[in-house]
Amino acid sequence: MAAAAPDSVVAVADGLREVGYLPGESTALVSFLACKLGKPILVEGPAGVGKTELAKALANVLDRRLVRLQCYEGLDEAKALYEWNYRKQLLRIQAERQDTGWDEVQDDIFGEEFLLSRPLMDAITSEQPIVLLIDEIDKTDQEFEAMLLELLSDFQISIPELGRVEARTHPVVLLTSNNSRELTEALKRRCLYLWLDYPELAHELAIVRLHVPELQENLARKLVEVVGMVRDLDLKKPPSIAESIDWARALLLLGAQDIDRTMFRETLSVIVKHRTDLDVVSERVGVKLDPAAGLARG
Amino acid sequence: MSSASASASSSILPPGLPAADADPPGLAARLVEFGEELRAEGVASGTSELLDAFAILEQITWTEPEDFREALAATLAKSQEDRRTFELVFERFFFRATELAAVREGVKEGDHEGELSQLGEIDLDELRRQIAAAMREGSESLMRDLARLAIAAFGRRGEGSGVIGVDVQRIRRALGLRTEPQPDLPADDPRRDGVPREGLRRFEALLRRELERGQIERTQKLPPSRPLNDLDRALPSGPLQDLAAVHRVVTQLKRRLKTQGQETRGNRRHAHVDVRRTMRASLQTGGVPVDLRYKPVRPRRPEIYVLCDVSTSVTSASVFFLSVLHALHDSFRKMRSFVFIERISEVTDVFDRERDFRAVSEAIGRDAGVADVSGYTDYGRVWSEFRALVEDDLHPRATVIVLGDARTNGRDPRADIFAQVTAAAGRTFWLNPEPRLYWNYGDSVIATYERHCQAFECWTTGHLEDFVKALTQPVSSA
Repeated sequence: MAAAAPDSVVAVADGLREVGYLPGESTALVSFLACKLGKPILVEGPAGVGKTELAKALANVLDRRLVRLQCYEGLDEAKALYEWNYRKQLLRIQAERQDTGWDEVQDDIFGEEFLLSRPLMDAITSEQPIVLLIDEIDKTDQEFEAMLLELLSDFQISIPELGRVEARTHPVVLLTSNNSRELTEALKRRCLYLWLDYPELAHELAIVRLHVPELQENLARKLVEVVGMVRDLDLKKPPSIAESIDWARALLLLGAQDIDRTMFRETLSVIVKHRTDLDVVSERVGVKLDPAAGLARG
Repeated sequence: MSSASASASSSILPPGLPAADADPPGLAARLVEFGEELRAEGVASGTSELLDAFAILEQITWTEPEDFREALAATLAKSQEDRRTFELVFERFFFRATELAAVREGVKEGDHEGELSQLGEIDLDELRRQIAAAMREGSESLMRDLARLAIAAFGRRGEGSGVIGVDVQRIRRALGLRTEPQPDLPADDPRRDGVPREGLRRFEALLRRELERGQIERTQKLPPSRPLNDLDRALPSGPLQDLAAVHRVVTQLKRRLKTQGQETRGNRRHAHVDVRRTMRASLQTGGVPVDLRYKPVRPRRPEIYVLCDVSTSVTSASVFFLSVLHALHDSFRKMRSFVFIERISEVTDVFDRERDFRAVSEAIGRDAGVADVSGYTDYGRVWSEFRALVEDDLHPRATVIVLGDARTNGRDPRADIFAQVTAAAGRTFWLNPEPRLYWNYGDSVIATYERHCQAFECWTTGHLEDFVKALTQPVSSA
């Protein structure tokens, strides 16, 4: 049985922390409101700030199953909602051809038995309450968004041949977007909005420490500071939280005692993934790491 | 960020205030008013959003200002831009609402003089240290208290100018608060490494707020409301202008571009059947193509040649425009940029190396190698050189963009060569940074060129956006 919905913002924040997700100020509040009001959350933010992780953590906290729909260009309702199982329908018609009347077969082949359900349908028909994650909604086109509207506001799906399928339980829905295009007003209107940004220094430090506890405190702090500096540059792809963690792991493996210029240059490719960005970063940040410049605190 | 501090100055403005003698409205009416104010600032918050906001207020404790604000923001502001506007409107709305209520109820805070004499002489050095320490910690309430102390201390020294913006800067200077390190201070002074930029910005905003509060209390009325600044309506006019403006335009453009390709997709979407995918899908139905699969129409990714006039009259507009185009590089298949005054030179490399607006303009001025003998544009020569440079590359799917004021300084415009260039390229656009009103006056010969290309006026971000849309529009012939 799923855990009861948490009854305060603090409870949500604590829960998230327990499952290893450190929520920002508004994250816990909006998650709490979404659970309470049953509204979907639209989570926007740059890549790698933990949008998808939030959904997983929420599912963990609420002790619900996570149903995930990864969006991509050209995703249509046959892949997201449901599809008729043609082959089975054909078999059924062939098997019964001799002695059944047409009407009977016709009614029959459009039954639930012949429906292949896809993630959204799964989410709707689930017996247990679930968390539904619609990942990277900005990758699909507007038609798909329009199709989601019915689902998001009323938690139901209309299938012409069958009628309406209503949700048995009330799912918690998260939509994530990398902010690469403007979503339609209609979709936004139905959601609560949560903007996740790169975390502040102390917050990120806590995240890194949580995931790589073996790393020395002063090294972790310096790492986070450097990542912050790198993000301040105008890069094609700024390093994400996931990349800070990877970098921390790399430093740990290499047994680094300090992030100096050589170490920085050698491991730079962990956090910066574009050739032009590499040049910019090693030029601007590398210099500051000179022992003389003295960025180190620990 | 500069926009935020600019906003603080404008943050006391507001809506039609209810007449002073009317009954103060309840929270519901207030919230609706707030929603209307948001709409007035261009945030699309509909009735359903407001209803959500009410629903949400039932779930949280109103006494937590942070929660209250976040909850409202989650329902009312549905994009990052909207969120920014929301913050500004929220601050100014509730500040005014509180002050109005205070004036109406006759609540006063007691005069600062009395408060001060009780405190005795304030140790300025101690105050400085405490403020810097509070900034480091980022403690909002502590900073507010210190801001009031600072105002009181300086009010007594009779340095107030009465202009809030000036006073804020005077107080800041007197406190010796700077973001850069001040090595001559003693080692235990928290200001030694420079105070954090964000903290300083917050502190200035608090100073401003407290000064405004004092003013309202003295005059017993609210200053007239002003709308939010038109932050980014005009293109930067000087190269020193805020980089943030460039980024704002670029991020907006990027998002609009992506969306825009999709909007136009609808009309032409069923143009081509994708035979392969249709066949594959038909296997499910025993080879009968029950449903057709179509080729998606992708937004056009044009190949671009940009020519920018960088003579003094239009430099900043050009460099700005080039920066924008280069920031949008992934929307284009290929892009080469040229700058010209008397002669032409290619600057594609400069933009590959530099992404900083200011650095780019310096680099162009320094070593782009623009042969700037007289400093006067020579369009005739530019066209022939351009033709020689790119003749072999131009093809009907290429787009040529010219940015210039088409002022020839009396030289031969050589529209015939320009016509050859436009004939070789698929499309040619001319962006003129002058308002249309001035076209064809004086030595402007835009009309001669306009016959061969589409000319746009381009002196606000709005114009620029329209143009970039036109540029990436799917073309039926493509």
